[in-house]
Order: sequence, then structure tokens, then C-alpha cells
Amino acid sequence: MWIDENKMKCKQQKLLEIHNLSLSFQRYGTWLRQESLEVISNLDFTVDKGEVVAVVGASGSGKSLLAAAILGILPPNAIVQGEIYYQGTRLTARLQEQLRGRDFALVPQSTTYLDPLMRVGQQADGHRKPRPTERRKKIFEKLSLPEKTGKLYPFQLSGGMTRRVLVATAMLTEAQLIIADEPTPGMGVEQALEALQMFRQMANEGKSVILITHDIDLAVLFADKVAVIYGGNTVEIASSRDFERGEEGLRHPYTKALWRALPQNGFEPVWGTQPYAGSCMKGCIFAPRCSMRTWECEEKMPPIRELREGEVRCYHAT
Amino acid sequence: MKMTGRKLIDIFIRNSIKMLSLLLAVSFLSFLLVSLSPIDPVGQYILGLQTAVSPEQRAEIEEYWGVNEPPVERYFHWLTEVLQGELGESVIYRRPVAEIIGERFINSLALMLCAWLISGIFGFILGIVMGRYYDRWPDKILKKICYILSSMPTFWIGLLLLLIFGVWLKWFPIGFSSPIGVLSRDVSLGEKIYHLILPAFTLSLMSFSGIALHTREKLWDVMNSDYVLFARTRGEDEWTILKRHGIRNVILPALTLQFSSFAELFGGSVIAENVFSYPGLGSAVSAAGLQSDLSLLLGITLFSALFVCTGNMIANLLYRIVDPGIREVKE
Repeated sequence: MWIDENKMKCKQQKLLEIHNLSLSFQRYGTWLRQESLEVISNLDFTVDKGEVVAVVGASGSGKSLLAAAILGILPPNAIVQGEIYYQGTRLTARLQEQLRGRDFALVPQSTTYLDPLMRVGQQADGHRKPRPTERRKKIFEKLSLPEKTGKLYPFQLSGGMTRRVLVATAMLTEAQLIIADEPTPGMGVEQALEALQMFRQMANEGKSVILITHDIDLAVLFADKVAVIYGGNTVEIASSRDFERGEEGLRHPYTKALWRALPQNGFEPVWGTQPYAGSCMKGCIFAPRCSMRTWECEEKMPPIRELREGEVRCYHAT
Repeated sequence: MKMTGRKLIDIFIRNSIKMLSLLLAVSFLSFLLVSLSPIDPVGQYILGLQTAVSPEQRAEIEEYWGVNEPPVERYFHWLTEVLQGELGESVIYRRPVAEIIGERFINSLALMLCAWLISGIFGFILGIVMGRYYDRWPDKILKKICYILSSMPTFWIGLLLLLIFGVWLKWFPIGFSSPIGVLSRDVSLGEKIYHLILPAFTLSLMSFSGIALHTREKLWDVMNSDYVLFARTRGEDEWTILKRHGIRNVILPALTLQFSSFAELFGGSVIAENVFSYPGLGSAVSAAGLQSDLSLLLGITLFSALFVCTGNMIANLLYRIVDPGIREVKE
């Protein structure tokens, strides 16, 4: 009995928990046979209150779909398995619908996420009545957006302004969980730092942020922990400090390879390509590219296990 | 605001120049076609006089009309007359062409305007419904109806409606713009509208499915756009999204399409007016063509070109007023 209670307490500190999440798409193959294409499998990580979690991985590792899965805005042919808990309650489609725009906020990638024919101010205010125009103006000011920004149309904004307007939409809500999907591409270093600083600020105010990115360098500067995704799998969960310590601080061979691939750490490319999550592999998904692989790796997918205050999906990591 | 005003005037002038050159080309081509046709205007004129004319008298008329002048000279002669507003006299009606066009155009305008509004409003609403329920049963049924309507020829629909509502059910008159045997000044507005309903409905069916199917497709695109996805993540429900983003983004292309359909509308009115014996420009042009009334034919040709060009110009100007993407370009 007391274990259960303990578990409950534990879950209350955790804002979002993702357990064994898999995501596949139904599609028609040859001869109208239904096939399912798995893009995420065995995804695990948790987000605590006031924490910035960076989800990093190469393009095509299923990062953006993760955001859609949490928000419940996947296309109808997507099939989700596994569990997502929000404040200890399991997320259902209905709950997601209620939480969207209230507890969850998305900061999308680009200007295509703004209605081209609606003035930015009206758009940032959102559909809820009464319109929070005064508060929005303050937030715009705080983000150093010129006063006339509210009267502009999206096509009149610069890239940086668009980014800040999109961030403002999240700041306007009372959202506890902010999911930022690739917020930095196309920005200069200074702009990117500024944007990430805004997310850090929100986390310091007690909100939680999931930062989906492939820019490890920048993510490590602002995140508390980093979840590394490879082929739709979580391969490692490390704290940002582990990255600062370099290769020894990290656990999974893929994370180490990523670290080595950074310009300041040798610029060493990782050999091979990333497979699909559902590409009929029974063993470890990284095994074909791994220098540490043994027969065990090719036979069975390693479970995620705790290691040195982090988590790793590897038999051989120490 | 001042900038937009100046820009609009600029566009208006540029469009007007284009329109004038187009009208000139239309006048030249139609004159050329008419001169190449086997129609004998002098013969038609003499036929209309209903008296015997001797070959000498005929030669005199030909001399007076300048039939034997070179075609280019004749064209310029005609053009200067037209530019002065002198369109000539109709052989079949024995009245000035300008007068006939003016009178007939009011009838046609009422007909086309009604049809235009019916097809625009209902087509748009139907398109929204179809787009909203894309590939679900309401869409599937309505889409089939649209396909059937757009594959049926206008004259046939017209005959069908005439047969059902005019002949069998006797709900509507079978033709004309006013009751038979009543002086035109005694005809009430209600009666005019009553006579207008069936032809206007027929004409609207022609462009109706086009606008509906276009709106459907456009709405589907909008509903699958990134900004609608973002709206959804912000907690907007489907109905709010449709109101806030759907209609806003669909109405502009629909308006453009509707204004650029003036050409089809005019073409359709010829058919609808003939089926319902409605005294508009459309029935006048077919009468002029069949009875070789050259001045009337050329007059209406020029006038209809002007009408279609005006529609296109309105569409051009309107788009610049309504679309912020074009209106508020960065300096």
C-alpha cells in the first residue's frame, strides 16, 4: 500500500511522463494491403516541474511527431501506443483536447503556423473572450517587438519577429507545459540564445519546457536534461552537466558519437545512416553503426536502464 | 491609406489601357470576320424595306454605304462612327443599336445579377459544407450533385425546369419578362421578378458547381494547413477554426473566381434567354446573328467584351483592396 502512495507522490512532482510510447502510421502498400509504418518506438522520458528537457536527435528521428503525440494533434491514420501521464493522470484524446491552449502550449517552427490573413495582434490574442489585448501588448513589449507589430500581417514580419510572436502566444497562456518545436533554425547565434533564454525564463517561473531541437550545443546551455532520440527510440537521458564533462560523462555510443561530431570536439562524422524505427530489427537499433556491438546487441533490443544518475538503452554502456 | 489610393488609381489606369486595346482588337477581329462572312448587308437592308428595288437603286445604296471601298477604309470609317457613339441602326428592329442594347441590357443585367448572386452565395455555402465534411457522407452526396449539375448542358437544364415548373406544375410562367397582353408600363416589379426566377435559376446552375467545388478544395487545403494545426493546439475547436481561419482564407479566391466568371455568365445568358424567350441581350444577339443584322451583332459583341473586361477589372481592383498580401506590401 505505501508503495502506491509513494508512487502517487512521485508522480505529482513529475509534470509529464512518457512510457514506452510508440507511434505508427497506417498506409496502403501494394495491392491495397494495409501496412503500418512505425516512426517512434520505445520512447521514454519524464519532464519535471520547472525543468527544460531538450529532446535531441537527427532529422527523421521522430522528434516533431512526439510533440504532436503529446498534444493529440496527430493525423487520423496515426496509431499511438504506450502511455503519457500528465500530472499523474493518463492522457486521453478528450483530456488532451481540454488541455490544449490551457495547460499545453506549442511554439511552432515557422511563419506558416500563422494565419496569413489575420493581423498578428488579433492572432496572438487568440479566440478566447475577453481578448487579453493589454497583456499581449505588455508581452510584445517585453519581447522587444515594436508597438505596431500587432497591426501587421504575418508576411510583414521578419524571421526573428515571427519567432517572438510565436513565443508570445505561449507566454499569453497559463500553460504549464510548453513544447518548443525546433525554435532556433534560421536564427543567428545571438537570436537563438535570446530565444532559448526566453524558454529558460519560463522554466524558472515554474513552467516546464520540452525543447525539440537538433542543436545539441545550444540545447545543453539551457536545458536541465537531454533526451537523445535515435530512430524513434530514447537511447540516453543525460543531464546537461554530463555533456559539459564530455565523452566520459556520456553513456550511449550514439551520444558519444554525436558529441564527437560537434565542430569543437573533432568534427568526426558518424558512419552509416539512421534506420526507421520500424525497420524490422530485433536487436538494438544502433547496433549496425556501433563499434561496441556483440551478438547480444543483434539479438534483443536492450531495455532502458539507469546508469550514473541518467538512463541509457545499451548493454555495454558504463 | 494614401499610398493605396494612388496605387489603385494607377492600376485602374493601367487596366483601362489594357481594356481599350483589347476592345480595339475585338472590334478589328469581329469586323474582319463579318466582312469575310457571306452576309450581304445591302441585301438584308433591302429585304427589310419590303419593297422592290431596282439594280440602279441598289448600286446607289451600295455607293452611299461604301460597300465597295477597301476593307481597311471601311473599318476605320465604322470605328470613327463607333467612337462617336454611333453604332448604327438595327435592320430587324429598325431602331438605333445603342437604344436596343441599353434596353435589353437592363433585362439581362437583372437576370445575370440574380444568377450571379444565387450561384455565388449558395455555391460558397455549399463549398464550405463540403470542405468541412470532406470525404464524409454530406460531402460525397453534394459532390455528386455538383458533378451532375456541371456535366448537364444549360439549355437542357433550362428545358427541364421549364417543363417541370412551367408546364406541369404551372408555378412559373413559361417565358418572357412580363405577362403577355399587358402594357409594359403596367407591369409591376413583382411580376418582373416572378418572370425572372426560372431563367435566373437556370443560369445560376451553370457556374454554381464550379464555385462550390473550388471552395471545397480550398477549404480542405486551409483545414490541413500549419496555421490551422497551430490553432488546434491553442484549443480552438473545429467550429471556431472554420469561422476564424477557414472562411477568412477561402472567401478571397472565391470572390476572384466569381468576378472572373462574367464571360461564362454572358455566354450562359444567351442560352438561358433563348430557352425562356427572355428579351435580353442574349436573345438579341442570337436574333441578330440568325437574321444577319450586322450593326446589332457588332454592337453587342463590343458591348459584351466591355462587360466581361469590366468584370475582370473589378476582380483585379477588389483583390488589391481586400488581400492584405497585395495591399500592404513593404515599401
